Amino acid sequence: MSVVQLNQVSHVYRRISTVNGLTLNIYKGEVLGLFGHNGAGKTTTMKLILGLLKPCQGSVSVFGRPPSASSFSRYRYQLGFLPENVSFYQQLSGREVLSYFATLKKVNKSRVTQLLDEVGLGEACRRKVKTYSKGMKQRLGLAQALLTEPRLLLLDEPTVGLDPIATQDFYAMVDQLRQSGSSVVLCSHVLPGVEKHIDRAAILGNGSLQALGTLSELRQQAKLPIKILIHGKMNREAIASKFYGRAFNIQEINGQVMALSTRQDQKIGVLRELLNQSNVSDIDVHAPSLEDIYRYFVANSAKNPPSIKHKGASKQEAE
Amino acid sequence: MRAIYYIAQKELKDGLRNRWIIAITLIFALLSIGISWFGAAASGVIGFTSIPNTIFSLASLAVFIIPLISLLLAYDAIVGEDEDGTLLLLLTYPLSKMQLLLGKLAGHGLILGISTLLGFGSAALTIALFTDSVDLIMLSFAFARFILSATLLGEIFVSIAYFISVLASEKSKAAGMALISWFLFVFAFDLTLLGILVGTKGQLNPELFPYLLLLNPTDIFRLINLIGFEGNGSGLFVMASDIEFSIPVLFLMLFAWLLFPLILTLWIFKRRTI
Repeated sequence: MSVVQLNQVSHVYRRISTVNGLTLNIYKGEVLGLFGHNGAGKTTTMKLILGLLKPCQGSVSVFGRPPSASSFSRYRYQLGFLPENVSFYQQLSGREVLSYFATLKKVNKSRVTQLLDEVGLGEACRRKVKTYSKGMKQRLGLAQALLTEPRLLLLDEPTVGLDPIATQDFYAMVDQLRQSGSSVVLCSHVLPGVEKHIDRAAILGNGSLQALGTLSELRQQAKLPIKILIHGKMNREAIASKFYGRAFNIQEINGQVMALSTRQDQKIGVLRELLNQSNVSDIDVHAPSLEDIYRYFVANSAKNPPSIKHKGASKQEAE
Repeated sequence: MRAIYYIAQKELKDGLRNRWIIAITLIFALLSIGISWFGAAASGVIGFTSIPNTIFSLASLAVFIIPLISLLLAYDAIVGEDEDGTLLLLLTYPLSKMQLLLGKLAGHGLILGISTLLGFGSAALTIALFTDSVDLIMLSFAFARFILSATLLGEIFVSIAYFISVLASEKSKAAGMALISWFLFVFAFDLTLLGILVGTKGQLNPELFPYLLLLNPTDIFRLINLIGFEGNGSGLFVMASDIEFSIPVLFLMLFAWLLFPLILTLWIFKRRTI
C-alpha cells in the first residue's frame, strides 16, 4: 500500500526546474533513503510531500489525498517532519517548546515528558533553547517529529550534530517506527551508517530520479566491482595471470596484503580459487558501499540525461 | 479555534518572558501620569486641569508611541519564524495560515490591551483618587473610550506590521520597513495634507479634508478622542471638528483599518514561498 505517491511531478521555481518528472512511491512500513547532491531536489521533494509546495505538473498524494489542499489539515496529525535547520524559540525552555507543538497536535503532557526522556533531554528540558547545542536542538526536533507516532515521518538530515551514540539511538528509533508500520523518508548527506536502516534508496540528480531500488538492486544496476583484500605472501604476477580476465586493478598494498577487484558474477569463482591457495591467510570482501553506489549514479547523471528506472517497487507490491 | 487559542497563549507567554508587557505598561503609566499632572505646565499650571485637556494630551502622545510599539512588537511575526525555521514546521502542523495569523493577532492584541489598560488606567485612577470635584462618570467614559481606541490603534499597527513581515525576506529589512511606515503614518501624512491645504490656498474644497483624515488610522484615533470636547484640536483637527463624525462610524473605520492589512497579509502569505 502506498502512503505517498508522486506521479510525474515537476516543480518550477523562478523558472528553474527543481524537480522534473519525478515518479516515486513510498510504501507502508518502509524506510526510504533520499540522496542527492546539493540542489538535486531533495528538499523540494520533501516540501511537495508535505504539501508546502504545489506541483506545477503531475500529482502528489499522501494517504491518498493531495497534501496541498486545505482539507488535508486533519491528516497532518499523522505526519511528522524534522526540518534541516530549526532553531526553535530561543526564549522558551525545551519543555515549553515541545509542549507548544504538542498542544497544536492535541498530544497530552505525559507524552511530552516521555519523549523528552527518550531523546535524552530529560535533564536539560528546563533550560532555555538558546543554551542548547546543535545536537540538543536536533533531539528536540526529533521529539517534535515523533509527537503523534506518525504514519509518515520525513527527516531532513536527522543525524547532523548528533554524536555516535545518539545517532545509534536515533536509528534504533527509526527501526522501531518501521516495525510499527510507519513509513520514513530519510534525507541525508551522511552516507556511512545509513545502509543498514533503509529499505530502498532513491538517488536524485538535477531534479530527477537517477536510481531507485534496494541496495542490492542498485549494486546490480551499477555493476560496481567487488574489492577483495588478500592477506598472505603472494606474487602479483602469479595472481594476475591466474585470474586473467576475471580480476583487475590488482595492486600490492604492502608485502602482506594485495587488493584486487572482480565483477559480482565472478566473485564466488575467484574466492573459491583464492581459498584453495595455501599461502592465503585471510580474505576481506568489500561489496560496494552506499557511497560508491551514490558516487556512480551521481557521476552518471552528470554524463547522460536521466533515464528513470522503476526497479524495487516489485518487492513491496508483492506484499 | 483551539489552535488560535494556543498560538495566542504562546505569544502572550513570549510577551511576559521578554518583559514586553511590563515595559510597555510602565512606559504608558509613567507618561500618562506625567502628562495628566504636568500637561498644562507650559501655561503655568501644575496639576490636573480638565478631562478634555488630559485626554487631548494623552492622545497626542499615544498617537506617536502606540504605533511605534506595535510595529516593534510584531514586525518579525512571520519573517522571524521563517528565519528560525519554525514557520516551515508550523505549516506542516494541522493549522491553517489564517489560524496562525489570527492567533498571533489575538496574542499581540492581548499584550497591547493589558499594557494599555494598566498603563493608562493607572492615570485615570490617580486622577480619580487625588483630584477633588472631578466628574467620575465623564472621567471613566473618556478613559474607556481612550483605552479602547488606543488598543484598536495598536492592533491596527500590529496588522500593518504583519503585512510588512510577510513582504520582507529578512528580519532587518522588516525592521527598516516598519520604521518607514511609522514615519509615513505619524508624520508624513499629516504634514503632506497640511502642505496641500496651505499650498492650494483653499482652492480645493476644504470640506473634503476632514474625510481625507479617515485615510490615516492615527487621525481617526485622534478624532475619536476629540469628539465631544469643545475648543480642542489644532491644525487639521480644527476643520474636522466642523464635520460631525459619529463615534460608531469612526470605530467602524478603525475596524476597517484593522481588516484591510490583515486581508492583504493573508493573501500574500498564501503566495509566499516557504
